[in-house]
Amino acid sequence: MTTAEGEHAIAEAAFVQRAQVTALPPPLAMRGVWGWLRANLFSSWFNFWLTVCMLALLGWIAYVLTEFLFLDAVWTGSDRNACLASEQHRGIGACWPFVWERLNYFTYGSYPIPQRWRVDVFFAILAIGVVWLLWLDAPRRDIGAFYFFIVLPIASFILLHGAPMLGLTRVDTALWGGVLVTIVVAAVGIVVSLPLGILLALGRRSHMPAVRLFSVIFIEFVRGVPLITVLFMASVMLPLFLSEDWSPDKLLRALIGIALFASAYMAEVVRAGLLAIPRGQDEAATALGLRFWPRMRLVILPQALRVTIPNIVNTTIGLFKDTTLVFIVGIFDLLRTIEVARIDPKWAAPVTSTTGYAVAAMFYFVFCYSMSRYARHMELRLSAGGRGRR
Amino acid sequence: MHAADVTSRPTRSLLTNPTLRSIAYQVALCSAVGFLGYEAITNAADNLARARIATGFGFWNTNAGFDISQTLIEYSSHSSTYGRAFWVGLLNTLLVASLGIVFATVLGFVIGIARLSSNWLVAKVAAGYVELIRNLPLLLQLLFWYNAVIKGLPEIRDSLVLPGGGFLNNRGLVLPKPIFEPGSGVVAIAFLAGIIAAVMFRVWAKRRQALTGRQAPLLLVTLALVFGLPIFVAYSIGMPVGFDVPQRGRFNITGGIEVLPEFAALLFGLVLYTAAFIAEVVRAGVQAVPVGQVEAAYALGLRPKIALRQIVLPQAMRVIIPPLTSQYLNLLKNSSLAVAIAYPDLVQVFAGTVLNQTGQAVEVVALTMAVYLTISLAASLAMNIYSRLITSAGDAP
Repeated sequence: MTTAEGEHAIAEAAFVQRAQVTALPPPLAMRGVWGWLRANLFSSWFNFWLTVCMLALLGWIAYVLTEFLFLDAVWTGSDRNACLASEQHRGIGACWPFVWERLNYFTYGSYPIPQRWRVDVFFAILAIGVVWLLWLDAPRRDIGAFYFFIVLPIASFILLHGAPMLGLTRVDTALWGGVLVTIVVAAVGIVVSLPLGILLALGRRSHMPAVRLFSVIFIEFVRGVPLITVLFMASVMLPLFLSEDWSPDKLLRALIGIALFASAYMAEVVRAGLLAIPRGQDEAATALGLRFWPRMRLVILPQALRVTIPNIVNTTIGLFKDTTLVFIVGIFDLLRTIEVARIDPKWAAPVTSTTGYAVAAMFYFVFCYSMSRYARHMELRLSAGGRGRR
Repeated sequence: MHAADVTSRPTRSLLTNPTLRSIAYQVALCSAVGFLGYEAITNAADNLARARIATGFGFWNTNAGFDISQTLIEYSSHSSTYGRAFWVGLLNTLLVASLGIVFATVLGFVIGIARLSSNWLVAKVAAGYVELIRNLPLLLQLLFWYNAVIKGLPEIRDSLVLPGGGFLNNRGLVLPKPIFEPGSGVVAIAFLAGIIAAVMFRVWAKRRQALTGRQAPLLLVTLALVFGLPIFVAYSIGMPVGFDVPQRGRFNITGGIEVLPEFAALLFGLVLYTAAFIAEVVRAGVQAVPVGQVEAAYALGLRPKIALRQIVLPQAMRVIIPPLTSQYLNLLKNSSLAVAIAYPDLVQVFAGTVLNQTGQAVEVVALTMAVYLTISLAASLAMNIYSRLITSAGDAP
């Protein structure tokens, strides 16, 4: 029997498909919305009940929130009576007229009303600096860094604190408050802590034993104690250590405390970035004849800071949340203005507290969440090999 | 002048000699720090003398004269000293921190594992929780729990009645208090014996399973030994352990253990906040275990729960433990926010009230910092030893 005969015999014996058959779609239960639901929500009885419980929980949260923030909320009124429960209005939600009336207080504190435009200008120039620094494709980012770390602090100080020579009346820091103080504390914290943190991180890796020792002691000491004790130290011990005629005001003391505290954390973040840079970079730069500072400025730090941007942003989020602690040493930051406003007899009502805290929560969440999204975006960009991009 | 020297070694100015330079820098740094320290000390001495504030720890043994709302050791305003107040505050800090660590660990592990759940909704809800909590300041959360939630609870008259006989109202939580009558020592011994027996049983059951493959009803036996044995003993000798169940009157609640509202708010806030961070640590640790490990476990026929417990978590723990410790330290340090809601912790009692009464800022703040610093340094020392053990044992199969 030849092969041709054999093939013929097989073809006789059974039907053989000659063309490729298109695959059948997966069964209905495994595709589309139904399949997704089955795989991700109802894959077993346990998961079924878990999903039901979660849906119930989410539904309850959504119901409570909408009821409090919108359905039962009070929208008009001039004092606490509008926000008190009464016979015809049992369940009372958020007290929005309270927020509306106190919005300026929450933003500027007791900053004199005719001078508040200066605060607005400060917010604007700060926003320009932040965008310039964070937007990686922005033009001339070197000027941006100079603007953020040198021009901006000086300009802001003149603008906010006043300069009689330029026609800006002096505004005592005791009058500052609200969002203004929160932003000032956070901004000073970041502007001081980044350079100081870099110095400390370099000091910790230095070959000079004394420099290394001081850096390690400072970093470990600050990281080992709570921020509150550092703030206590800055506010009660600092005036003792300085001679009487040179006593810093209350806000400045808190700023020094926050800045030193943030520097220690920033130093550890920068150190992690320095560790990520291969030794060869430093050795090659040395071989080219660069001295220490040019080597750091031109070769090591640009690379180290770049890989550690996500961590720097995360530390900044922590710093931003920690600014609320100045509350405890008597500075009127946003949280404290809310605290003062909510117990003010004009508006004190059971729902006022929750309304105030809800406003604060929204403010902090918007800032911190957008910063954390930015950090994640940077992380993706760096891990995708964006390191070479300019 | 030796000409040979000049040609063999180029002259270097002393200014550019690296060794001399580094010595000069260090001398400059040391003298700057020394000068600042000297100035600070002399200024402080001047200022204190001018304000007629005593120095040294003489105040330690003087009468404190203020009340503390929660005392774990005996303390009274008229007979106790500032030193005693320090210990009361420190114990209160340690109480809230240790309870917080236990609860935050449990909640953090549950949420961290829920973030990796195959159930899409559970994973998203856990992620939402973590994002929400981590992006809000802890102080705001504590103020919310204390001022908005606990103060918003009903008055004593309309207290919420908890199952088991507790009451919850805007002055805190009242729970039944166990009363130990004579003979309760036997029950305690039975409880301890039950725990020891349970541990021994587990070891035996594991060994037997490794040898023969036969499993033992571990959970049932453990429960019977740890809880059944003491209850049985208590019944057989006539119930020496009773409960003082709180009674509600018109204006107050008598009996039971009172949990301060400040304590409840602080513990609750710290647990919820730290759990979100622990969840992230756990998630990162679990994700650090190679996928092949889980796949191999499934291929061997292990069910997901067992694979997680026996294969994934033991390996993840190596990655988890160092950052977990730093979260514990953060919880301890964050417990100092108690001062904002007036829970009598170390900072509130010592760096608050004692500092205000004595005015001895230097001693008080330094001692407070020293306490936290000691605990932090001890923990990081332990972590260094741990990571050395791990790395030395890590490469062995």
